[in-house]
Amino acid sequence: MKIVVCVKQVPDTKGGVKFNPDGTLDRSAMLAIMNPDDKAGLEAALRLKDQYGAEVTVVTMGLPKAEEVLREAMAMGADKGVLVTDRVLGGADTWATSQTIAGALRNLEYDLIITGRQAIDGDTAQVGPQISEHLGLPVISYAQNIREVNLEEKYIVVERQYDDRYHVLKAQLPCLLTALAELNEPRYMTPGGIFDAYAKDITVWGRNDLKDVEDSNLGLKGSPTQIAKASDKVRKGAGEKVTLDPAGSADYIVAKLTEKHVI
Amino acid sequence: MDFTLSKEHEMARTLFHDFAEKEVKPLAQEVDETEHFPAGTVAKMQKLGFMGIPVPKEYGGQGCDPLTYTMCVEELSKVCGTTGVIVSAHTSLCCDPIQTYGTEEQKQKYLVPLAKGEKLGAFGLTEPGAGTDAQGQQTKAVLEGDEWVLNGSKIFITNGKEADIYVIIAVTGVKEDARGRKKKEISAFIVEKGTPGFSFGTKEKKMGIRGSATYELIFTDCRIPKENLLGQIGKGFGIAMHTLDGGRIGIAAQALGLAEGALERTVEYVKERKQFGRSIGQFQNTQFQLADMATKVKAAQLLVYRAAMAKKTQKVYSVEAAMAKLYAAEVAMEVTTKAVQLHGGYGYTREYDVERMMRDAKITEIYEGTSEVQRMVISGSLLK
Repeated sequence: MKIVVCVKQVPDTKGGVKFNPDGTLDRSAMLAIMNPDDKAGLEAALRLKDQYGAEVTVVTMGLPKAEEVLREAMAMGADKGVLVTDRVLGGADTWATSQTIAGALRNLEYDLIITGRQAIDGDTAQVGPQISEHLGLPVISYAQNIREVNLEEKYIVVERQYDDRYHVLKAQLPCLLTALAELNEPRYMTPGGIFDAYAKDITVWGRNDLKDVEDSNLGLKGSPTQIAKASDKVRKGAGEKVTLDPAGSADYIVAKLTEKHVI
Repeated sequence: MDFTLSKEHEMARTLFHDFAEKEVKPLAQEVDETEHFPAGTVAKMQKLGFMGIPVPKEYGGQGCDPLTYTMCVEELSKVCGTTGVIVSAHTSLCCDPIQTYGTEEQKQKYLVPLAKGEKLGAFGLTEPGAGTDAQGQQTKAVLEGDEWVLNGSKIFITNGKEADIYVIIAVTGVKEDARGRKKKEISAFIVEKGTPGFSFGTKEKKMGIRGSATYELIFTDCRIPKENLLGQIGKGFGIAMHTLDGGRIGIAAQALGLAEGALERTVEYVKERKQFGRSIGQFQNTQFQLADMATKVKAAQLLVYRAAMAKKTQKVYSVEAAMAKLYAAEVAMEVTTKAVQLHGGYGYTREYDVERMMRDAKITEIYEGTSEVQRMVISGSLLK
């Protein structure tokens, strides 16, 4: 089985978010990590590799520095890494990103593509499903558990998270899954795996290596999304504290809501 | 001269750091309080290859360099001195001598499971009458047919009882040197737990590293196969000393980690703790103390990493290892003591990690060669 996992290097938001003066993220000022949902997707692929045997290729798009997440993925057990990087691809929104990655994936063989549900820096959850559209593949989003893979009959059975329940879906292979961080607990790298990962070559692709993609769909120019403004979470004040009996509390809340024309 | 770590080493540090924070730190206080050997953590480390970091891959290890191993002990010790020394004793004192002096059969039989983490290792040199004076060995090994018969005891053995494989130093005879002086002939052996005649005495109740199992080993007509002699007959003292050179780098890393951990916690604490309407970090006394602590910690780190690199590139690295251990251990004691002082009354309570770290730090000035022994090694190299 050949599995491709799409991963993204994202800023670690645990240490707070920092912005450039123009409103874009100051990525250089923040620690970079593998996006948590993507890491769960990688772990799912590695478990399939452990169970059924598979070749796992990780693909990322980003600055040359994004190579680090490929090395990390390989140190966890992935076999190959592909870095898609090119100046003309910069500033891409989800549309241009999914076009780029689809263009890269057309060069690869796969039975299964796994992406994370969404990245913690953009939170759109659009790229995975868009890739499947570009490639004409079935997609199961919000995968919380992979129940079965049948390589002979070429299908996969996956639990898809859905509000208060989950759906059990069966899809033909090849297909695309978007993974939730809850899917699993990703494994650690191993010390030897780290050194092996750095000893391996990483495939680097630029614009010219992308297959069947129009220039008009790439980079900033190919991105229909315009960011009007970006800001850190606005911290709420401490609020108002009052101590009243239940009836008094109800009256107080009603009065406040009426005052603010909520009711 | 470039003081930056390679990307591989940086990533390895991230791995060790993440593991320590997630898997080791939450248990550190309990391990200390209950004096329980953290078997669950060791099992996790075994799975990740932490028990064979510098052992070549063909013998089941990770095939990394001594610096990577050193950083592992350092990061573990930042949050738990006990866990640091378990890895250090296993790797430096048991895997390393078997890797260096073992026959191919011994490596296959013992090093492979040790490096894979399937078996835990320990090392027995110290005796009631043979501490710093390691030549004062009393434990005897006598060859009877195809077996060595061991009699005697070893004390203060780290990983004792928990370990499966022990490298044991014993006297195999008496020799006269060129001047006619009688000298003990010392040899090294590999002994497996469960061998008849090999038992464990009392468990030590210690000031620090309380989760580490420290036991007396007792040999009463303990018969081991002839082929369990490690290295040549009579070369045991050299094997022990060379093993300790490597072990000292591990203990230096443990000391370094303890100092770093105490410094990190103190920096956090002084920002929060308020006295006289200001955080205590705003007082110059605190600032100067922290500056001195940080400078010494960094100096210790450079010595420890240099010793680790020397183990990789040099045949003899006794002085580098001695300097690293001497300095890192003394810095650990000083920094953890200052950390407690800066925490005030809270630092003296078990609620705060620095209290444990100060107790853990003390042993680094004592075991695997006291600070005085390190000074002997260093000055010996100057005056030879």
